[in-house]
Amino acid sequence: MKDNKNLLEIKDLSIHYITDDGTVRAVEEMNLEIGVGETLGLVGETGAGKTTTALGIMNLVPNPPGKIIGGEIVFEGEDLVKKSQSELRKIRGNKISMIFQDPMTSLNPVMTVGDQIAEVVKLHQNVNAAEATERAMEMLEKVGIPGTRHKDFPHQFSGGMRQRVVIAIALACNPTLLIADEPTTALDVTIQAQVLDLMRNLKHEFNTSMIMITHDLGVVAEVCDKVAIMYAGNVIEYTDVKRLYTSPKHPYTIGLFGSIPDIESDESRLKPIKGLMPDPTNIPSGCPFHPRCPKAMDICSQRKPKNTEVEPGHFVKCLLFENTEK
Amino acid sequence: MSKIKTSNNQEEVKAVSKKKRSPWVEVWRRLRQNKSAMFGLAIIGLLVFCAIFADLIAPYGIDDQDLRARFITPSRDYLFGTDNFGRDILSRIIYGSRVSLQVGFIAVGISALTGGALGAIAGFYGGRLDNVIMRFVDILLAIPGILLAISIVSALGPGLQNVMIAVGIGSIPSYARIVRASVLSLRDQEFVEAAKAVGANDFRIISKHIIPNSMAPIIVQATLGVAGAILSAAGLSFIGLGIQPPTPEWGSMLSSGRQYLRDYWHIATFPGLAIMITIFALNLLGDGLRDALDPRLKS
Amino acid sequence: MHKYILRRLLMLVPVMLGVTLIVFTMMHFTPGDPAKIMLGESAPEAEVIKLREELGLDDPFLVQFGRYVFNAVQGDIGRSYTTNRPVAIEIMERFPSTLKLAALGVLVSVSLGIPTGIISATRQYSLFDNIAMVAALLGVSMPNFWQGLMLILFFSVQLKWFPSSGFSTPSQMVLPALTLGTSSAAIITRMTRSSMLEVIRQDYIRTARAKGQAESIVINKHALNNALIPIITVIGLQFGYLLGGAVLTESIFSIPGVGRLMVESIKARNFPVVQGGVLFIAITFSFVNLLVDILYAFVDPRIKSQYK
Repeated sequence: MKDNKNLLEIKDLSIHYITDDGTVRAVEEMNLEIGVGETLGLVGETGAGKTTTALGIMNLVPNPPGKIIGGEIVFEGEDLVKKSQSELRKIRGNKISMIFQDPMTSLNPVMTVGDQIAEVVKLHQNVNAAEATERAMEMLEKVGIPGTRHKDFPHQFSGGMRQRVVIAIALACNPTLLIADEPTTALDVTIQAQVLDLMRNLKHEFNTSMIMITHDLGVVAEVCDKVAIMYAGNVIEYTDVKRLYTSPKHPYTIGLFGSIPDIESDESRLKPIKGLMPDPTNIPSGCPFHPRCPKAMDICSQRKPKNTEVEPGHFVKCLLFENTEK
Repeated sequence: MSKIKTSNNQEEVKAVSKKKRSPWVEVWRRLRQNKSAMFGLAIIGLLVFCAIFADLIAPYGIDDQDLRARFITPSRDYLFGTDNFGRDILSRIIYGSRVSLQVGFIAVGISALTGGALGAIAGFYGGRLDNVIMRFVDILLAIPGILLAISIVSALGPGLQNVMIAVGIGSIPSYARIVRASVLSLRDQEFVEAAKAVGANDFRIISKHIIPNSMAPIIVQATLGVAGAILSAAGLSFIGLGIQPPTPEWGSMLSSGRQYLRDYWHIATFPGLAIMITIFALNLLGDGLRDALDPRLKS
Repeated sequence: MHKYILRRLLMLVPVMLGVTLIVFTMMHFTPGDPAKIMLGESAPEAEVIKLREELGLDDPFLVQFGRYVFNAVQGDIGRSYTTNRPVAIEIMERFPSTLKLAALGVLVSVSLGIPTGIISATRQYSLFDNIAMVAALLGVSMPNFWQGLMLILFFSVQLKWFPSSGFSTPSQMVLPALTLGTSSAAIITRMTRSSMLEVIRQDYIRTARAKGQAESIVINKHALNNALIPIITVIGLQFGYLLGGAVLTESIFSIPGVGRLMVESIKARNFPVVQGGVLFIAITFSFVNLLVDILYAFVDPRIKSQYK
């Protein structure tokens, strides 16, 4: 399945929001790679910069106040940051598409679901209206909704069903890259599993690469090949799933695992990471995690850690490991 | 990211407005930062000043006629010119601010008090009383405001007092609806329940708990309502059904200038400008108040 | 849907009855003896008494009201005191002009207001937006009777482009339509802007962009269709305002409409015509509001399913 050629390479990407209250460094010097058919998990707390990353890849960061400050997003060998809006429109919804967090608000309430799926088909494929509707009905069937319901409006569906419609829109043009932004967070637990299963099956069927944004390490273990952990705009650890679960390196990652309740262990109390995410307009100096870090050293508040490859394919942004390398 | 941020802000704002002991200080602080609202307030202040000290400010008397000085176009002696009786238009506009402000505030007083009371009763008691009151409001709403005012004036006859009543009745429905809506949303809240539980009577609950808490939309509506009332009254006077000459009312001054429009443009132009500036200032202030009272609406 | 429309039509009946009662009461208790008004002040007392009897003016109030309603249902809303012609006919003769004027006013306000509002919303805080918002506020603040005079001064007296009175040729309609439509245009601009700003932030607009849809279609189709609902409400309300405002506009431009008829009738104490005019405009306004509510269903499928 794995292909050595990378479908998407993000190099030194920085995205800032420039507001009256100050600059929010939503994404700082990010480096990621995704191969064909691969799934990358993007994990972090709310406000860590996951959604901004996703919108950045689509070049849909609301501007103003958001702006891509620097870096490259190389997709199929071409840098998306340099592309014009009209070139990007041919890619959006076609080669790269996105599933949004909240299915209750992501669908246009005054358009039938069929039309909403057909819209993306008509935009990117050379089909007439009837063929597009046909395709929309096919897609609905594929995500487990009777095709005859294409004339229904979003308010006539439940949350889980609406998310299926959103998935149908995202997959209607067989994208090579699918970005799923917490696709199951807004859904009931039982529906979550169904939607995840559906996404996994469709991904296999179409051999789509995927970026799965989540704050749920369980979801990561289930669907991802690689994982990037984000904290305050930085990817602080980036490796494949197996290594992340067997030998997490960054104190924040270790802390995250510590905060998952484990039914098998006798531990009666959770070990949450102490402290809170920093204020996005006022990120601590040096390593942004140092005020909460159990292993913080004096230098951590002074110098920003560099991205360090601690073992082949395992990157950590932490001064602890920069030192051992030397 | 930005979405998360704004929703956080909203929650903060809600939390703050619940916690704050004196929300009016906060409102004033926000209003003061709004330049256009302050500009509006300054103009209104100036108008009120003119109205109070008209005798001192106006260069000529209210009815000083000078038949040798008829139809003088704006000049150094007569900044806005003179009318067909040789009266100074600037002076009459200054005196006219008394009439317009009086009409505006009293008419709004009538409609806010009557409409507010009707709305509060309807919302608080609900049931059949609510139904009766609101159907009555529906009926009033079916007649366009200015038309209702016209028919009331035609029944009562023209004159300052009748115009104020007519214009006031014309906007009762909007206050009734606004107050009813906010009473409905307040009625079942805990502090009202608590007041009931300690045995407060209905009048006390309505006047002490419900009215103060539904003030925000009433204030905004009232500010804009003063503008609307001045406009309606001027309109009535313009068609000859409102305040009658020789009272220096802007609408009737405009109306009498109309027949000389072709030759002496200034007679109709300046009273109209006075109306427009007044309404503009009230609208600026009203918009500013709305933003200051409900920061969530501000974009 | 049919059921809903029928129910709304039935609800109109009591409202109209109420409007009639209010207007009838006002006119009834207005000082002045209709018989004297009809015959003139100098008419002999005997004739006045005779006419009072004929008209049933000495019957109890409720009897008179009942008779009015009974006749009104059959299309008879009395006779004009001054011309002795049926009021319904006098109003119907004048009504087309008023309706045309109001419709043109709506046309002006919608075609100016909606595009300006959309552009302002998509370029919030730009120079265009700032100018448009100040202009809109000035438009709301300008008394339309004054604006009408200023338009006459400029376009008829100075430039001689358009006539200053009458309402039969297109060039005669330009100034009245502008006069009547300006303040509504300003209100619709403000409403469109705020409604669009609200909608543009919604997630489904992001979805449409993520599909690769062109920005112009995202705005004019996805966003506008959702923003229209409050805009339509305002347009409906503005129509009522325009029907009222037509009274002033008609008297500025000497347009033979219902509004001017009413003003003349008030001055002549010709109450049946005033009463009929108010009733007529109220009915028209109510029908427009009903139409607006029905229109919602076509714009917003969520409302449509409530109507069933």
